[in-house]
Formats: sequence, C-alpha cells, structure tokens
Amino acid sequence: MDINILREILTVAGLTCFVGIALWAYGKPASQRFDEAAMQPINDDDLPHEQAGSKQ
Amino acid sequence: MQANSALEPHGGVETFNYRVVRQFSIMTVVWGIVGMLVGVIIAAQMAWPELNFGPYFHFGRLRPLHTNAVIFAFGGCALFATSYYVVQRTCGVRLISDKLAAFTFWGWQLVIVAAAITLPLGYTSGKEYAELEWPIDILITVVWLSYAYVFFGTIARRTQKHIYVANWFYGAFILAVALLHVVNSMAIPAGAWKSYSAYAGAVDAMVQWWYGHNAVGFFLTAAFLGMMYYFVPKQAGRPVYSYRLSVVHFWALVFTYMWAGPHHLHYTALPDWTQSVGMAFSIILLAPSWGGMINGIMTLSGAWHKLRTDPILKFMITALSFYGMSTFEGPMMSIKTVNALSHYTDWTIGHVHSGALGWVAMISIGSIYYLIPRLFGREKMYSTKLIDVHFMMATIGVVLYIAAMWMAGITQGQMWRQTNMDGTLTHAFIDSVKATYPYYYVRVLGGALYLGGMFLMAYNMARTIMQGKAFDAPVPAVSQHAHA
Repeated sequence: MDINILREILTVAGLTCFVGIALWAYGKPASQRFDEAAMQPINDDDLPHEQAGSKQ
Repeated sequence: MQANSALEPHGGVETFNYRVVRQFSIMTVVWGIVGMLVGVIIAAQMAWPELNFGPYFHFGRLRPLHTNAVIFAFGGCALFATSYYVVQRTCGVRLISDKLAAFTFWGWQLVIVAAAITLPLGYTSGKEYAELEWPIDILITVVWLSYAYVFFGTIARRTQKHIYVANWFYGAFILAVALLHVVNSMAIPAGAWKSYSAYAGAVDAMVQWWYGHNAVGFFLTAAFLGMMYYFVPKQAGRPVYSYRLSVVHFWALVFTYMWAGPHHLHYTALPDWTQSVGMAFSIILLAPSWGGMINGIMTLSGAWHKLRTDPILKFMITALSFYGMSTFEGPMMSIKTVNALSHYTDWTIGHVHSGALGWVAMISIGSIYYLIPRLFGREKMYSTKLIDVHFMMATIGVVLYIAAMWMAGITQGQMWRQTNMDGTLTHAFIDSVKATYPYYYVRVLGGALYLGGMFLMAYNMARTIMQGKAFDAPVPAVSQHAHA
C-alpha cells in the first residue's frame, strides 16, 4: 500500500477525533462533569490559616 | 465550603509532599537570576563587542548557556514545582514516590550544572535548544522518565473523580517533551563529549525544528497553560471561565502544534510544500492559542477590581496579555512573505522574548509568589509592595526589550532587501549593524530592569522564608468523600 494512503487516513482520523471531542465537550452530559471539575481547586482550601513563625 | 485548618496538629496524618515543591520553587528564582544575568551579559556583548573575552566568555558560548538556563533551568524548575503542587492538590493524594521525586530534583540540578560547565567549554551538538552533548542527553532522559512516573503515578492513585484540566496540559507536556527529546537527540557518539546527529541534511534540519517548535509548543506553551489553569482561578478565587473551552482548545493545540515546525525553515532546502503546510498550521494555531488566553483573562470577569490591589494577579493577567500578543505575532511571522522580511533579523528575538519574558516568566513569577507563602506556612509574601515594584520593573523591562527589537528587526530587514536601480545591494551588512546599535543599548536597559525585578523577588522570598518555616499541608479528608 502507498504510504500516502496511510498518511491520509491518519489525517482524516485526527480530524474526526477532534470533531468528536468538540461535539462531546459541547453536549449536555459533559457540562455537569465540567462544572464539578472546575470547582475542585476552588473548594480545596490550601491556605495556611495560622501563620507559622508568628505568635499564636 | 469545608475549611481545613492547615496548621492543625497532624501526628500520623498523611501530608502532601511540599518538600520537593519547595526545592524546585527556590531554585526557580535562583536559576532565573543566573539565566537572566547571562542574558544581560550577552545583550551587553552585542552593544559593546569589546566585552567578548577569550573563548569561554564569548557570545557564541554564552548564548546557548543563556537559553538553556532560562528555558530548562528557570522554566523547568518552575514547571516541576507547580506540576508537583497542582497534581497533589487536585488529585487529593501525596506524590506516588518521594524518593523518585527527590531524584528528579537532584538529577535536574545535575543536568543544569553539567550544562553550565560544558557549554562555555565548547562542548555542543550545535542543535538550537538541544545543544547538550549525549551523556547529558541520557541523564535528561532518565530524569524525565522518573518525572513521568511520579506525575502519572500520582494521577493514577487520585481520590478525586476528575482529572483537572491543568493536569492534562502538564501531562501533554511531559509526554511530548520525552518524545521530542529522544527523537531529536539521536546521535552517534564519537568520544565522550562529541557526537554526530543520526539524521543528515534537510531531514536533520526538519527534525531539529520539529523539536524546536514543539519545545515552544509543549514546554513553553502547554505546560505554562497548565500552570495558568490552576493558579489564575486560585488567585482570582473563581472557577475557570469555560471548562469546556479549556478541553476543546487543549485538543486543538495538541492536534495542530506538531505540524508547525517548518515555518523555521522558510526559503531553505526544505521542500516547498512542507514549508506551506507549516505555515498553514501555524496560522490555524492562532485559534487554540487565543482560546487559552480568552479563557484565562475571562476567568476574572466580575472580579476585575482585584487587579487593582493584587500584584500577583497583575503578573498573571499581564502574562496572558503577552501570551495573546505573541501568539498573534507568531502566526503572522510564519506567513512566508512576512517571514521574508522578519527572518534572521532581531524581530525574531523580540518575538521570542515577548513570549519568554512576557508570558512564560510572568506566569511563573506569579505562580511562585502564590506558592512560597503556602510552602512556608504563611498567608502571604513578606511584602506585597515589593511584588508591585517587581511587577512594574518587569513590565517596563519587557516593553523596552521587545519594542527595541521590533524596531531593530524591521530596520535590518528593510536594509538587507533594499536594492539600487542596477540590482546591487544599497547597504553593506555592516551598515545594518551600525543602525542597530541604539536598539541594542535599549535592550540592555530593558533586560537589566527585568533582572533587577528578580533580585527583589529573591529578597522577598528570603524574608518570607525567614518569617515562616517549612510546612507540609495535610491531605484534606474531605477529598475522600468526593470519591463517590
């Protein structure tokens, strides 16, 4: 088989894959997962509340 | 929101591995100063050529030292530090292996020291951004595979359901850099410190710039976007503007960046169709790049007032503005007719520094300012005022630098292409060099300002560390519930 056929298949597969991802990302079921994921770092409190080294 | 007091006594409670994050954060500032100092020195060598002393202190040997130090030492340490922090906090677990994490730290420092010794001695494979000779290349590979194991191993044992988007960017960076480094560094050793590339001619050039541009794409873009996707929402106290945009532009970046390399080889022996493909994909790249920029800046929507009082946020948002500017400039410069003017001139250097000083360094500086207090049990840096001064110095420094290089570049490009009626060149090359001098002085000034800001950062960091003490936050129990 001509190697260019493989290259064409790969390019088209790449594009199809990307379009699939975009459709999925803009679909309804994904949006709730995304909201949860986006809030995780915000809800995770990483600030030391009592300062080390200063008088308590 | 469940607040977990971070300084509660936690005998026997599992903590995060902040030690390796601390080590890499401190070295980020140290290598930032070293790398930028070498940058100011070579800028001064361009302005005053008599500063080129002997073989070891010559521009030709210091220039790769500068690029390696700022990209891989400063940028690399910033990425190790932030990725180890982000992956632990967003996965809700400690790193999978403390020993291997420590190995990545000491191994990476050894790579940097080896580079700082061998490059001035003249040991180089001559590939831009991949100059290090084969023994160091092998060490880099071992360190990088350990890094991949620690990062992906930690994701594998996460207690959180989702893999937060920042980790996707960091993950793509780790995988792509492994691939790029191994393929481009393939060489036949000819002695302990000498090797020949496994590729020849135009193929060698193409492999080199496939590596070179994807180093920009995955090291200097994807990885720092990962940083942006964690630290901008955290500092702004708001979730990312559009999570779905982050997913779509991540995949768009990954699918298109790999093809853009040939724009470094316009009008060379590279086949013309390859140059055109590179140009087309470089223009397409504008869309995913701006997707990231818009997403980052819009995260602040409704909280713009925070920009007035928070210099860390100023660093981050200014970084995103420079990211937007340089990712507009890049596709434009990849157009062949524009490239005919800009290539081989100082415009390219201006473009690179708008990305490097404006985007990469500013987002790193902002993120390290975010991290340092948290790693030493403090609520904030020793002096917020000094961060503000640093911000002003850095911003003025970048603007001076890139404006000078734009003017220098366009002047050079125009002078080189100007011909007389009979077809001979109007200007000798040396005329364009002479015309460039004023801009070289301005560049030294801009670079020195930027470097001065880094010294302020080092002082501010040292005072913050002296106030606090090394602190490892406990792994919050709340993340266990999110497992369901």
